[in-house]
Amino acid sequence: MKQKKHWYDYLWIVTATYLILGFFNILFAWIGILCFIIPILFALIGGNKHYCNHYCGRGQLLERLGNGLRLSSHRSIPSWLRSKWFRYGFLVFFMTMFFNMLFSTYLVFSNVHGLREIITLFWTFKVPWEWTNTSMVSPWIAQFSFGFYSLMLTSTLLGLITMALYKPRSWCVYCPMGTMTQSICQLRHKTTSSR
Amino acid sequence: MAKKIALISEECVACGSCLKACPLQAISIFKGSHAIIDATKCVGCGKCQRVCPASVITITERKES
Repeated sequence: MKQKKHWYDYLWIVTATYLILGFFNILFAWIGILCFIIPILFALIGGNKHYCNHYCGRGQLLERLGNGLRLSSHRSIPSWLRSKWFRYGFLVFFMTMFFNMLFSTYLVFSNVHGLREIITLFWTFKVPWEWTNTSMVSPWIAQFSFGFYSLMLTSTLLGLITMALYKPRSWCVYCPMGTMTQSICQLRHKTTSSR
Repeated sequence: MAKKIALISEECVACGSCLKACPLQAISIFKGSHAIIDATKCVGCGKCQRVCPASVITITERKES
């Protein structure tokens, strides 16, 4: 029995478009904040992971590439990658790097240093990204774009690597947003059931 | 009655990959915490097991009650 297609089954197109747009104008990176806010709102207000379950464009994209284009080896993920230690450790690391990026944005905002037009991949490799015109906005707005797009591109690349090595949606196992929203839901459920 | 059934371990990350894979809509996500199987619908076909990125689903023999 084939399941009925919904509008949200095509959100992978939005994710792919988002990644492509960043190559033309880095300011589009701001749209990616929705991928942070929406799942947290679902978890906080609804106490569910509907975003991961239905609306995550990245998960769908990885599924399309892994199954549709057969780019996945479909092997089982190693147990250490799905362990709580790794999942929560990666969440802490990811959030630390996120706040570090926010601090860099603040430094540009307060004129401590100027705009750095680079994308940092895997929090290490600096890629010059000077071809996008950011003169129409304040430098801190552009700086946030570079930082946020670095996070989004790095996490997408990690997702692609684990998709190729293991099952298509292996990224979902250690996705920081997925881990965070699952914890919110579990805590929410615990507090409501103990009342 | 189907002789097999899917079982989901506590390590489930509630990503929802299995929801779409299940041809009988026998799986749901319990309060954003983990996936649960409706034993009355599951036939143990193993489609959920194949897509589960965390490899937390096993197909076992159904215990006769």
